Amino acid sequence: MEILCLGLSHHTATVDLREKFAVRETEVTAVASQLLAAPGVSEALVVSTCNRVEFYVAAEDAPQGFSAVNEFLATRLAEPPGEAFFRHPTPAAIRHLFRVVCGLDSMVLGETEILGQVKKAYAAATEGRTTAKHLNKLFQRAFNVAKDVRTNTNITRGSVSVGSAAVELAEMACGKLSRCHVMILGAGETAELTAGALAARGVRSIFVANRSYDRAAALAEKMKGKAIHFDEWIREIHDVDILVGSTSAPHHVLTAAELAPVMRTRPDRNLFCIDLAVPRDIEPAVNKIDGVFLYNIDELQNRAEQNMADRRQELVVCEQMIERHAMEFGEWLAGGWTQAGVHYSEVVSGGQG
Amino acid sequence: MDRLLLVISTFCFLFGFGYTMHALGARVYKPSRLNFFAVLTGFLLQTAFLYVRGQMVGRCPLTSLFEVLIFLSWSTVLFYLLIGPTYRLSLLGAFTSPLAFLFQVVALLVVKDVPVKAKMPPNGWLELHAAISVVAYGAFALACVAGAMYLAQERQLKSHNIHSIFWHLPPIRDLAVANNRLIVVGFVLLTVGLGAGFTLGGIFTHSVLTAWSLGVWLLYGIILTAEWRHRISPRRVAWLSVGAFSVLLLTLGGLNFIAQKGAL
Repeated sequence: MEILCLGLSHHTATVDLREKFAVRETEVTAVASQLLAAPGVSEALVVSTCNRVEFYVAAEDAPQGFSAVNEFLATRLAEPPGEAFFRHPTPAAIRHLFRVVCGLDSMVLGETEILGQVKKAYAAATEGRTTAKHLNKLFQRAFNVAKDVRTNTNITRGSVSVGSAAVELAEMACGKLSRCHVMILGAGETAELTAGALAARGVRSIFVANRSYDRAAALAEKMKGKAIHFDEWIREIHDVDILVGSTSAPHHVLTAAELAPVMRTRPDRNLFCIDLAVPRDIEPAVNKIDGVFLYNIDELQNRAEQNMADRRQELVVCEQMIERHAMEFGEWLAGGWTQAGVHYSEVVSGGQG
Repeated sequence: MDRLLLVISTFCFLFGFGYTMHALGARVYKPSRLNFFAVLTGFLLQTAFLYVRGQMVGRCPLTSLFEVLIFLSWSTVLFYLLIGPTYRLSLLGAFTSPLAFLFQVVALLVVKDVPVKAKMPPNGWLELHAAISVVAYGAFALACVAGAMYLAQERQLKSHNIHSIFWHLPPIRDLAVANNRLIVVGFVLLTVGLGAGFTLGGIFTHSVLTAWSLGVWLLYGIILTAEWRHRISPRRVAWLSVGAFSVLLLTLGGLNFIAQKGAL
């Protein structure tokens, strides 16, 4: 039995092409059923996300299987799949799926969203009964591989975007965000994005201070926070755990000389400062104050890049693990027919969902 | 026989030590059942050793620096097991094995083991005083670990250079809380221990030991008072926790030297 994968991804196709071949969530089962009707195809599954459209099939013969999918796509779109489509035979298809679920083939290396998307595609396929023992075993194995790789390597560790890096560091400094009070200085787009990211993580309260009180009030309302007048914010900082600076002021709005006496009144409580403004809102010297941790936009960017570099370093280990799992699965697939009874019962007892 | 129990127990902690070092080297730390059972086995063997030794000397086995170190190691692991899964599953918990291993290796290889048989029937208050005091030092030992972790984490955050292994550490605010709670627990236990000694009246006869114990009690009392009155930051509390326990260990060695000279 051959397991084949034919598809396109952000590596091979532009968004124009990807959207042309994309399969809507409501259609995946019907498309897989249509593929099953093609000669030689015994099992089929469709994975369609914003970054990839992939058709997995189990067929007795590789050329026959590929040609069945080609013909199906040509009929469906009145256009044959071109150069942008990759065609993976066994065992490359197995390795490819394992890489996909581990996030190694994703636009953001190590992202975990794809695993959920593939699980959803698999659930739809089992519900529509378009998979049987080979694809069932393959996908269940793929989910185990993803778990193994995520647990035993740092491939998903550390945030790789500025916003999430800031949130992650804030958690390291202040603990659970649900206990933290946040103050946002400024009410522009950056302030809104950061406030949104923090609000999404369930911070205890958000204060917004802006030179234009109306804009502060509007943002505070959106974030279910409280607006304060800009000339009053320093008086409110005593209870704040996370301070975000994103004003367009041409000078520092918070200096070490202003903050030091405040911190002396709350020595048991840290203050995590995120300075997203250029020119900077917060004087760099505040980082020297006990209990104050300051990160500016460049440092957050560096942190995100460093995390990404750390993930890249893990690639070799991940690939080795995937190779081992792919070889084991290949061995099972090669011997599967001779021990069909055993493997089939494993698949059945392993659950179809 | 009793030393054999201790040697096997030390190997259990060596396993935990090796596991932690391997995790640090590989930059991946994950909770391991095997590691937990190794520590648990080490603890049971320590307990067996202390029981056998107690039977041998006819009193609570705290008659020499050797026994004190083993008891200290035992109480550190006891706190590790009692403190709960959140602590145990973090990297901080994993540092208990190296600490217990260190205490026992020093005891086995550096310190002379001369069991002293009780000349008089054991006195309950004196036994209670000694045992609770050493358990209190176990709490101070773990507070020292929490303090050291706080300082390492704080330094990384301040310098904007965070090693990936530090993602496994609890947030520094939680480390500060752990440090504080362990000092409080240790201080309360030491107060009870000293109280038991004073009730007996017997510890007045050991003037140097009494002075040392009171000195330790006073040191941690000052740290707590300063913290409660908000005069010092968690960073300074962490430094004081590490410093105070280092002083405790160093003076314990000095105390043993004086004891061997027969001044106690």
